[in-house]
Amino acid sequence: MASESEKPAVDAVTGTATTGHEWDGIQELNTPLPRWWLWTLYLTIVWSIGYWIVYPAWPLISSHTTGVLNYSSRAEVGQELVKLAALRTTQAAGLANASLTEIKASPDLQRIALARGKAAFGDNCAPCHGGAATGAAGFPNLIDDEWIWGGKLDDIQKTILHGIRWEQNPETRVGNMPAFGRTGMLKRDEISQAVEYVRSIAGLDVDKAVDLGKGKEVFAANCASCHGEGGKGNQELGAPDLTDAIWLYGSSRQAMTEGLINGRGGIMPAWSARLDPVTIKALTVYVHGLGGGQ
Amino acid sequence: MTAVTTQPKPRKSLWARHKIFETHSIVLILGILIVVSIGGLIEIAPLFYLQSTIEKVSGMRPYTPLELAGRAIYVREGCYNCHSQMIRPLRDEVERYGHFSLAAESMYDKPFQWGSKRTGPDLARVGGKYSDEWQLRHLINPRSLVPQSIMPGYPFLAHTALRYTDIATEMRVNRASGVPYSDEMIANAESDLRTQTDPDSSTATAFAARYPKAESRKFNGSTKDLTEADALIAYLQMLGTLVDFKLYDNKANLR
Repeated sequence: MASESEKPAVDAVTGTATTGHEWDGIQELNTPLPRWWLWTLYLTIVWSIGYWIVYPAWPLISSHTTGVLNYSSRAEVGQELVKLAALRTTQAAGLANASLTEIKASPDLQRIALARGKAAFGDNCAPCHGGAATGAAGFPNLIDDEWIWGGKLDDIQKTILHGIRWEQNPETRVGNMPAFGRTGMLKRDEISQAVEYVRSIAGLDVDKAVDLGKGKEVFAANCASCHGEGGKGNQELGAPDLTDAIWLYGSSRQAMTEGLINGRGGIMPAWSARLDPVTIKALTVYVHGLGGGQ
Repeated sequence: MTAVTTQPKPRKSLWARHKIFETHSIVLILGILIVVSIGGLIEIAPLFYLQSTIEKVSGMRPYTPLELAGRAIYVREGCYNCHSQMIRPLRDEVERYGHFSLAAESMYDKPFQWGSKRTGPDLARVGGKYSDEWQLRHLINPRSLVPQSIMPGYPFLAHTALRYTDIATEMRVNRASGVPYSDEMIANAESDLRTQTDPDSSTATAFAARYPKAESRKFNGSTKDLTEADALIAYLQMLGTLVDFKLYDNKANLR
């Protein structure tokens, strides 16, 4: 390897000076970085020093430098949430204090409640009840006028606040469809008879080979206590109306038999811990206004 | 030759001394290692000794064996590729998902599941947001409940038996990296795992004492067997539920 020469030679082909480095007869052209690029680099270094002064930057022995602005992302989000709450208090003035019926009666309050309810519904309710609130098998449709636990404003609010069969909430709605088949309360042929009887009161096609009279007896002895003598249901117990065309788990013989054998008991979480009371009010008005509110 | 060498050489500028790096690859590698480790020492090492890194909270406990097994399935199936577990301190995120995530909430995560991309929603506080049945049916076929979902289905979880003979070993590995599993927890690992899906079992009280706030029930209700879905749903249903935010001092932990 040659030593560095004092005066770098000029490359004959390009006319550019060389760095003076030479390895095995190969020399390096001296083409430094553009000045503007270098100055930008130096500027960013200077900028970073300003950043250390203004923002939290350096770790110390037991804490860190906080910077002259005392900036904190957590404090910032706290302030923004306070601002948001204040904005909502002014925009939704009265929503917090008004009763559900008052909100429903006032077009202004209702407009705010519907807008806010719609946003909250999309975030929290749509995964189960569907974006259009049409539900899915096991998750009730909210736009029809059949209500398992009641379709009045107060009923809807209670359901949202405390959930259904949500064990962590002491005020949750409770009511169970027992597993008649699995626990041996009904024999297989009694289940078939009950299914055919329910189909007859619901106006569905009935298997004529099954004795409907016996089905009626099974129904009166086992089902009527919750679903009522005529199968009209009982919202206190969350027992659905069996005489209409709305079936939470489908109206096939298979689905009905499955319900009688294994029981049913869909769960809805309680939202009182997750959502604030005003949002729950807005959601109540929104759900009530979807079409089936009573 | 003799006369010239006695002359003192002109002092070389520091800038001219880079030749040693350019001509000795080992010296260059050592130089790179030193520069990179300065970055690590300043940016990473303080997080291990600064008291303010992990907030003081009440309610955090190590994962139950069943949750730990569910977490392993979460990692195995690569859920972190599409779901984050990190609610950032931004207004819209707090509005949608709840209180921003705390460092303390992932202190028993080895490794953490913060993720880096949200193709699906954040899961840091998904615990208790939906019912077990929803979680199960959503895992089996997401589009049966959310028609516009692009999440793949995981139907096999619901009928694949959970293999958990190595759960105690996994807890020991976690303990070696700082998770405070007690000897008692490790000794009862397999029995605790079964107990969490059977709240009527005789060991339920002991289990609840070891793991406060742990929810015990059959998470995959559609089968009697202990399946992978039981473990994964148990894990999902506890995410973000441990810290008691009523007792949490927001002001003391500003940063």
